[in-house]
Amino acid sequence: MKGEAAHGAAEAAGGLALDPMHQFQIQRIIPFKLGGLDLSFTNSTLWMFIVVGVCAAFLLLGGSRLVPSRWQSVKEMTYEFVAGMMRDILGDSGRAFFPFVFTLFMFILVANMLGMVPYSFTVTSHIIVTFTLALVVFILATAVGFVKHGAGYLKMFVPSGVPAYMLPILIPIEVISYFTRPISLSVRLFANMMAGHTMLKVFAGFVVALGILGGWAPLAMMVALTGLEILVAFLQAYVFAVLTVIYLNDAINMHH
Amino acid sequence: MEAEAAKLIGAGLAAIALGGAGIGIGHIFGNYLSGALRNPAAAQSQFPNLLLGFALAEATGLFALVVALIILFVF
Repeated sequence: MKGEAAHGAAEAAGGLALDPMHQFQIQRIIPFKLGGLDLSFTNSTLWMFIVVGVCAAFLLLGGSRLVPSRWQSVKEMTYEFVAGMMRDILGDSGRAFFPFVFTLFMFILVANMLGMVPYSFTVTSHIIVTFTLALVVFILATAVGFVKHGAGYLKMFVPSGVPAYMLPILIPIEVISYFTRPISLSVRLFANMMAGHTMLKVFAGFVVALGILGGWAPLAMMVALTGLEILVAFLQAYVFAVLTVIYLNDAINMHH
Repeated sequence: MEAEAAKLIGAGLAAIALGGAGIGIGHIFGNYLSGALRNPAAAQSQFPNLLLGFALAEATGLFALVVALIILFVF
């Protein structure tokens, strides 16, 4: 493959991180075209399958006993973590959405964490992936709002308790802020992942460039940054789930 | 001015906005800490809000970083 050849040449030249953006490149593993659509099986697709496989293995294996094993305790902690967060924000009205939020949370968390493994591919570092996830959330929240409240859901855009002459300014602002939700939700996740991985690659380049004598300082920095990135990987999955629940809460119990 | 030089200057200017994110994150953690020292009993319940505020503030800075990267790598 052309990309791999170029990558190999760059590594042979001694500059592992000559191009910090190379890690985000999508390569076709099984090319496949349907009409004008490119439906190839790419490395991104492969890693999504791996993420789903790891999620399923984590949740299905490990047994379910009355006295839990260590693995089962971790499973119950993840469940209780998301369920408790939903109870705090949504109350009992949102029990039906727990499977959706839990699936989103687990997918993003495992995708971010697997992205920290060297030579892996971070699925969530591509805006098209995160934007699709955010769009699903946005459409679901809007649909739930209209099903629950009918046309009354449009009152969402009319803030209560403000003088009437302010409304021509405030309604457009509310509408814009509502429709930028999927954009901010997706860019937040994608930008965090991409910026973090680019930064790690740049520091790795410093280690190589400074060699065996001076490379220790950036190497120590790399260890600290890897810890920070693991925190960010968890935090972004959590924030995505929390914001999903907040949007659902806006739709179910209208506050305006 | 050459287009390449203008690109680099523009990317650098866009990255200045990350300073704002730094100020915001400092505000959030500083205020959380001072609040938590005044009332340690209430601190734990506000920890999720702390993380949420941190992520929201960080994201605005990263939007600017994305602009910088778009200038560098897309155009």
